[in-house]
Amino acid sequence: MSQEESDISLIIAQIVQKLKGSNLYAQLERQAWASLQRPEIKLESLKEDIKEFFKISGLFPLPSHPAAPPEHLKEPLVYMRKAQGSWEKRILKSLNSMCTELSIPLARKRPVGEQKELLNKWNEMGTDEPDLSLFRPVYAPKDFLEVLINLRNPNYENGDSLSFRTHLGLIQVPLKVKDIPELKECFIELGLNTGQLGIDDSTQVPPELFENEHVRIGQKVLAEQDSAAAQQYVRQGSPTALRAELWALILNISSQPEDILYYEQLKTNVIQHDLLVDSLIYKDVKLTASNDDYYFVFEDYLYQVLLCFSRDTSVLSHFAYNSASPPKSYIRGKLGLEEYAVFYPPNGKSNVIASSIAPLCFLYHEPSKLYQIFREMYVRFFFRLHSISSHPSGIVSLCLLFETLLQTYLPQLFYHLREIGAQPLRISFKWMVRAFSGYLATDQLLLLWDRILGYNSLEILAVLAAAVFAFRAVNLMEVTSLAAAEAVLADLSTLKVMPLLQIFLFATVT
Amino acid sequence: MRLGWGCQEGLVVGGPEQRLRLVALGGIMSRVSVPCHVKGTVALQVGDVRTSHGRPGVLVIDVTFPSVAPFELQEITFKNYYTAFLSIRVRQHTSMHTPAKWVTCLRDHCLMPNPHSEEGAQDYVSLFKHQMLCDMARVLELRLILRQPSPLWLSFTVEELQIYQQGPKSPSMTFPKWLSHPVPCEQPVPLLEQMWALTEMIRASHTSARIGRFDVDGCYDLNLLSYT
Repeated sequence: MSQEESDISLIIAQIVQKLKGSNLYAQLERQAWASLQRPEIKLESLKEDIKEFFKISGLFPLPSHPAAPPEHLKEPLVYMRKAQGSWEKRILKSLNSMCTELSIPLARKRPVGEQKELLNKWNEMGTDEPDLSLFRPVYAPKDFLEVLINLRNPNYENGDSLSFRTHLGLIQVPLKVKDIPELKECFIELGLNTGQLGIDDSTQVPPELFENEHVRIGQKVLAEQDSAAAQQYVRQGSPTALRAELWALILNISSQPEDILYYEQLKTNVIQHDLLVDSLIYKDVKLTASNDDYYFVFEDYLYQVLLCFSRDTSVLSHFAYNSASPPKSYIRGKLGLEEYAVFYPPNGKSNVIASSIAPLCFLYHEPSKLYQIFREMYVRFFFRLHSISSHPSGIVSLCLLFETLLQTYLPQLFYHLREIGAQPLRISFKWMVRAFSGYLATDQLLLLWDRILGYNSLEILAVLAAAVFAFRAVNLMEVTSLAAAEAVLADLSTLKVMPLLQIFLFATVT
Repeated sequence: MRLGWGCQEGLVVGGPEQRLRLVALGGIMSRVSVPCHVKGTVALQVGDVRTSHGRPGVLVIDVTFPSVAPFELQEITFKNYYTAFLSIRVRQHTSMHTPAKWVTCLRDHCLMPNPHSEEGAQDYVSLFKHQMLCDMARVLELRLILRQPSPLWLSFTVEELQIYQQGPKSPSMTFPKWLSHPVPCEQPVPLLEQMWALTEMIRASHTSARIGRFDVDGCYDLNLLSYT
């Protein structure tokens, strides 16, 4: 088989894997049975005919050039791959040293008694108060920001002399980011002449003008189970009552019995093996839940979902397009033997992100469905916030987009903040890396995440961050220190995101 | 149920239908690599290289085929490294005793949509015969002219250059009728049926590794994490 042929076979196998168990798969099966009755289709040559057809027709283009190695698909720029590799090494060292310092194994099989105990306590793990003082997070967001700030392209003119391209912000890599005219084109449904939930459903606006019709369309989309239409629909926001179903439709999640079984299997894995990262998960959940008035009720859900997530090997498949790679280890005593190589934790993710699950708990109450939605949102969007890549939705591009928008459209503010030692990215980074979870009011956050799903991009996070600065520009111009600037921007819980976005993109004189 | 796919516009020059027609006419063509000698890059610069500041924005790479007879060029592949625009000139063998002339076969092909930013800077690229301005028969020599107008990059070039000529045609591989009618994009349904049949075959023939198990025979007792 030529390289190209085996590439196509691999892609088809991957697509099959993803489709299995979904509603679509069953529909495909039915239609395929029907069409196989057609006389002109010869089964013997079917496989080869279709493969050649795919290759030549270009209707299903290969995701990457046939000559490109797999790392190129993860991340095309060599220096970014290297930076991600160094960052990962730091994380591994941190995990390893935690392991040796605390004399706790990376993984251990739980004794039967402990397994029973955990099973009984499964729905109330929040009541536990283990001593986690010795555990520190694998890394803090500001460590990650420092790494991004120090990213340099060795082939780029990084000299000190000012040029027409000098970027006054913290990110110094020349990735392509959109400007406001391009963003306006991209986010056209957020324009002033289009109805939005988050603006046109406020109490002063009669519902006949927009809201009623919008809800009716949403119900129709759900009735027809039209995923593409749902994605288009949520660009104008999703009604609260329909949101859970709409997001599930867009993410192609349907709770089949196999999914519930799969979740139960993950739960069994958690019961059987205790991992070092579990303690880190506990710590992160405690921090997320206890600091937040809205999220503390979901503490138990957060444990369940995150612990199961760390055992889920299906997450490993997303590393094909994630610039990161999963940490590897060997069974004790079998160092270097490939048959005994395993990933740690099983899903390959050693950083924990309880904050990105918490908002989903408002929508989904059944643990296995909550789990599926979270997992899909993670492998589609949120992983890009934690790895170094040149992707337009990656955290590096988001940071650069934010800084460029500010520098271009609010130059006085940008210059002032820089002069007082308050680089704007230092304040907005934590918002973007958590997709604003924990900073906005929940209903506003869900309206924002509607647009992430609708536009299949995280760029809206950078635009919102810039819009927040624009909104508070008057106060920010008066501050004289980083601490004061942080104070002005400390509380975002009263902000309404859609008007901010709309004004910044469509109603600001540029 | 319609899937939320974006129907990707033809990434191939000429669009899917044209490509399909080309192949249906000619059968499936395989390619054979042609051994070539890539000469060192020559920078084109006005003035004295020693005294002028600023970097050259134009580079020329000559490609010769010392041990090969004049051939028909099928495909050129390479890995880009910060080249923004590529032109190619070709010198072809002529039957009469006139000196072979240089002809431009590709003019200012854009590799980086924005020369100041990273997009396309390190991509793998393929250029095909049908994208060229002249026919590519009896190729003697190629000259690649690389341009990078942005002063921000320290250097630029193309790497891993491979030239391919037409390989032996496989006459048996002509399309059955039901496939060579170009399927319009608005009707994905028949394609999905075909996809399913193929997936069944792959499933039958390919056993995947243990799915879902992260341990080795029930054991997950680990050493420290590896750095390699």
